[in-house]
Amino acid sequence: MTAPATVLGAVAAEAATHKRARRGTRVRNGSSTADGAVAYLFLLPWMIGMLFTVIPFGSSLYLAFTDYNLLQPAKFIGLDNFVRLFQDPKIATAAGVTLSYTFIAVPISMAAALAVALLLNRGVRGLPIYRSIFYLPSLIGASVAVVILWRSIFGYDGIVNKALAVFGIEGPGWVTDPDWALVTLITLSIWGFGGAMVIFLAGLRQVPRMYYEAASVDGATGWRQFRSITLPLISPVIFFNLVLGLIGALQVFTQGYVFSGGTGGPADSTLFYSLYLYQQGFQRFDMGYASAMAWVMFVVIALFTALNFVASKRWVFYDD
Amino acid sequence: MTDSLTAESLPARLMRIARGGYREERTGTPATRFLRHVVLIGFGLIMLYPLVWMVSASIKPSNEVFSDTGILPANLELGNYAAGWDALSQPFHVYLFNSLLLAVLNIIGNLFSCSLAAYAFSRLRFRGKGVLFAAMLGTMLLPAQVVLIPQYVIFAKLGWLNTYLPLTVPAFFATNAFFIFLLIQFMRALPMELQDAARIDGAGPFRTYWSVIMPLTIPAMATVAIFTFIGSWGDFFGPLLYLTDQKLFTVPLALREFISSTGASAWGPMFAMSVVSLLPVIAFFFIGQRYLINGIATTGMK
Repeated sequence: MTAPATVLGAVAAEAATHKRARRGTRVRNGSSTADGAVAYLFLLPWMIGMLFTVIPFGSSLYLAFTDYNLLQPAKFIGLDNFVRLFQDPKIATAAGVTLSYTFIAVPISMAAALAVALLLNRGVRGLPIYRSIFYLPSLIGASVAVVILWRSIFGYDGIVNKALAVFGIEGPGWVTDPDWALVTLITLSIWGFGGAMVIFLAGLRQVPRMYYEAASVDGATGWRQFRSITLPLISPVIFFNLVLGLIGALQVFTQGYVFSGGTGGPADSTLFYSLYLYQQGFQRFDMGYASAMAWVMFVVIALFTALNFVASKRWVFYDD
Repeated sequence: MTDSLTAESLPARLMRIARGGYREERTGTPATRFLRHVVLIGFGLIMLYPLVWMVSASIKPSNEVFSDTGILPANLELGNYAAGWDALSQPFHVYLFNSLLLAVLNIIGNLFSCSLAAYAFSRLRFRGKGVLFAAMLGTMLLPAQVVLIPQYVIFAKLGWLNTYLPLTVPAFFATNAFFIFLLIQFMRALPMELQDAARIDGAGPFRTYWSVIMPLTIPAMATVAIFTFIGSWGDFFGPLLYLTDQKLFTVPLALREFISSTGASAWGPMFAMSVVSLLPVIAFFFIGQRYLINGIATTGMK
């Protein structure tokens, strides 16, 4: 959770858009050992760091099958944690909260990011200024200050409800009403669409202009050009942003914690899966159970990512 | 329009994009161009409004934060900043210093360890490179939660809880594979001839790394430094997990204290300190936004 969420997107991009280059690298390096031992010296810090990932990865799988609270030695209890997990109603709630958040916030953010990127790509004067304004929120959207700010502007007497009142709408308790609290956090996520926008913009810049000119000669106009030229050519970028957005959203923690003061309330409506994991592992010190939760999460995220890659073969177009 | 018919070569286009210099070619009639600006400005104002509101709330008396809806306060209360500074158990500069210390240590650690690894992966030839490279990409696919508990247990056993060690030492061991990846992408693009020339001149790999590759990698290093700063400065989860002593708290933990300890009354001071907490990020953003934008654009595109 401390690493930038963009990490996974980068992998996706590497795997997806760089197949050819990587093949090239592999062939060139072959079994060559020209720099041998020296190379391993350069890699030494990283390799020590790797141990610090690989060993915990294995031991958390073991802990998932134990009862462990940090003070007493771990006690092997077989599949009990997993049985309990599938019967725990809060797991279903947390999964529901996390999945609704992900599947609403990610598509809307991406649509907004693409729409604004398309608008900015039409040769707008003052592009750097607009780009900065739209990009900045994405860097601070998960900060404690901004989550507190969101609570305040969406508060019952906050500015959002005052603005709605101007149109004669009585706004809900965005923060206190369980039906609306998650919606409030979804708006915060959408506010941070700028990260994806910058990537879309870079992608749009690489679509050769002559394709559009040729299409114009053939009589294709706006929408048709977008469908037949822009969309296919930026589909790798859409894929990249999609993978990146989904994985980031599934791991959301700070927003839920700060918004609800750590409880996941009101009425568990902001109990994100990561937040529930934190409560189990670090407030109740039920670390075996929390490890089982982490492994279920890992498997779900891995499946989503794999599914994305399989599906991408149908709709992502590589202009090699 | 003739120049747009001759396709710009791919390297030239990438270079231009990397420099951030876009050749503007305005499309549409004056009316549509005008409309476009209206839409963008309107949308931009909505995006910025929450931040403007926060600055405005930080200079209003606490009891008028919600009743006074104007952006310009009816009654100015600049004392919020002084009040917020001393509202918690430590003066606010303690938290600012702590956050800065963590950010600086993380920047040093990441620049050192990630550049070494990236150099080996991008410029050296050695047995097992393919496997190790795949392993590195693999670690990026792991959600942090899946290694979290054993790492916490190890830190606890080492007696590192409630110190900065769990929040800084990992950076010196290149645990953030994203940054290695970013630097690899950048170093790969540098011509191999540089290295061959250095080798002919008798420079070994360390000399080549330090005197030839590093100076050319400065833009990418700047990207890593700025991303590290923003990530470390805003990190809430790490400090929440490992720090319990108020004296060690970072800015995000201090802000959380505002909601839990001072109750709903101290709105003005709380927003004042929220503004203070965001200023360094915004400053870094404006100084380094070229590196940031190129950084995320290149990891996504190349």
